Amino acid sequence: MSPTSHAATSPALDVQRVREDFPVLHQQVNGQPLAYLDNAATSQKPRVVIEALRTFYEHDNANVHRGVHMLSQRATDAYEAAREKVRAFIGAASADEIVFVRGATEGINLVAQSWGRANVRAGDEVVITHMEHHANIVPWQLLCEAVGARLRVVPIDDRGELVLDALGDLLNDRTRLVAFPHTSNALGTVNPSAEIIRRVRAFNPTIRILVDGCQAVQHTAVDVAALDCDFFVFSGHKVFGPTGIGVLWGREELLAAMPPWQGGGDMIDRVTFEKSTWADLPNKFEAGTPHIAGAIGLGVAIDYVHDLGLDRIAAREHELLEAATARLQAIEGLRLIGTAREKVAVLSFVVDGIHPHDIGTILDMRGVAVRVGHHCAQPVMQHFGIPATVRASLAFYNTTEEIDRLADGVAKAISMFR
Amino acid sequence: MTETIDEAQKNIVADFAGFTDWEDRYAHIIRLGKQHPDIPDEFKIETFRVKGCQSTVHLHARFEDGRVHYRASSDAMIVQGLIALLLRVYSGRTAEEILRTPPDFIHALGLTENLTMGRQNGLKAMIEQIKLYAMAFHAMSHSPSAN
Ligand SMILES: Cc1ncc(COP(=O)(O)O)c(C=O)c1O
Repeated sequence: MSPTSHAATSPALDVQRVREDFPVLHQQVNGQPLAYLDNAATSQKPRVVIEALRTFYEHDNANVHRGVHMLSQRATDAYEAAREKVRAFIGAASADEIVFVRGATEGINLVAQSWGRANVRAGDEVVITHMEHHANIVPWQLLCEAVGARLRVVPIDDRGELVLDALGDLLNDRTRLVAFPHTSNALGTVNPSAEIIRRVRAFNPTIRILVDGCQAVQHTAVDVAALDCDFFVFSGHKVFGPTGIGVLWGREELLAAMPPWQGGGDMIDRVTFEKSTWADLPNKFEAGTPHIAGAIGLGVAIDYVHDLGLDRIAAREHELLEAATARLQAIEGLRLIGTAREKVAVLSFVVDGIHPHDIGTILDMRGVAVRVGHHCAQPVMQHFGIPATVRASLAFYNTTEEIDRLADGVAKAISMFR
Repeated sequence: MTETIDEAQKNIVADFAGFTDWEDRYAHIIRLGKQHPDIPDEFKIETFRVKGCQSTVHLHARFEDGRVHYRASSDAMIVQGLIALLLRVYSGRTAEEILRTPPDFIHALGLTENLTMGRQNGLKAMIEQIKLYAMAFHAMSHSPSAN
């Protein structure tokens, strides 16, 4: 079953009906209806996900993999069923390749500390990009500092696209890993992942490739087998699932060869004071009691996305992106930061002479929730020579009226600060 | 400056009592921000940056004639306006006055809750920094070795 099984001709999303699925959207903020335009930071949760958490705690709560009793069996079954849903969602070969983690951040740190410490030596190189979220910079920096390796960076251009030709110059016989975001959280740029991976593979098939899928899986179908990467991470909370749960996928043979990262219960085979042996995948990487309810909630979120259809979601979000781009571009003095040819519905912008923080405050007074700041991507801000942007990031449940309120709010702010 | 620290707070509360909606209140804060002089460039350095503000805020304090004189500014206009209000209350006062005076006037500004709590705009961090300077000058001027 592929996540894109809906025909491209399936009817468009009924937005008003879909909005009913999200309880949090129906509230007033500062006396105005909430317009939630901060979906890249975290997405809202459909009622089925909220209910799944509640049902688990009300009926099935028990620890997993540890008991003979009925509840423990039910909890284990539900937890493992969620793993299988994740497997199908990203096209992994085996559920053993799906490691539940806290989020993308933990997934990347796991790879950097486990795979990295075992495979990256002094003088080796790790390649990342200039559009990285800090979560895909700092873990590699820590690794490089610890082992004496070097971090190299693929530059971006003024549209916010990767300068792909520079990649060739950065690869050499010391390159051990290339990590990049499928989609940028600060710019909305959708990178040509398949092309990047093809180039790295062509240069040297033993270079490992990690794709940060945090801003991808909620917008588009991802198939890790077709992508041909080695590691893929995403966070449940950005794909309408709970916070505190995320996924690391890795090729089975790589995960099998990697040493455990954290030690504890659930990840061992036998423990003596002389030596412990490790459990099989994926338990080797899931020390301690996992976020059982979170994993189950993520499974339900994946079902929800699947039922809506990622192709319909993408079509809807593309409409919203075009509408929002047109409305914002018409505002004098407003500059969009991130104008890549392939984009998701993320609109970062600055306005001449007005601090993003001031715009965000006025929008908040009008019930419009946006993010203001560097979006955990300070190198992106440095590239554009700005301290921060206002960022509106849209989801399929946003409406054109909300986009109008965003644009009107920005215009209002300009009139107040000028 | 002729108003006392307590009068300053009272007068600010009275000023804001005249506004009926958020737009008027913010417009007034923005007006104050625009009039507020920027801190001299020599103080726009890391040493004087107030951490915990999302916008960039610099705060400098000088102890003279038994009073603490603050200078501060921000690159965001609303924060700049809040700074103008904070300095009207706290600058040019004795350390004792500063330390015994909580910023009660903030609640009268009619800011949204998240602005009042000051996490977002750094109000809380600025007030803490103002008090820290006062505490340091207070300790200095009361230590036996002070001249
Ligand atoms: C591209 C990207 N990578 C990584 C992360 C980190 O995700 P989390 O904080 O859920 O671990 C984010 C979250 O903002 C992101 O957008």
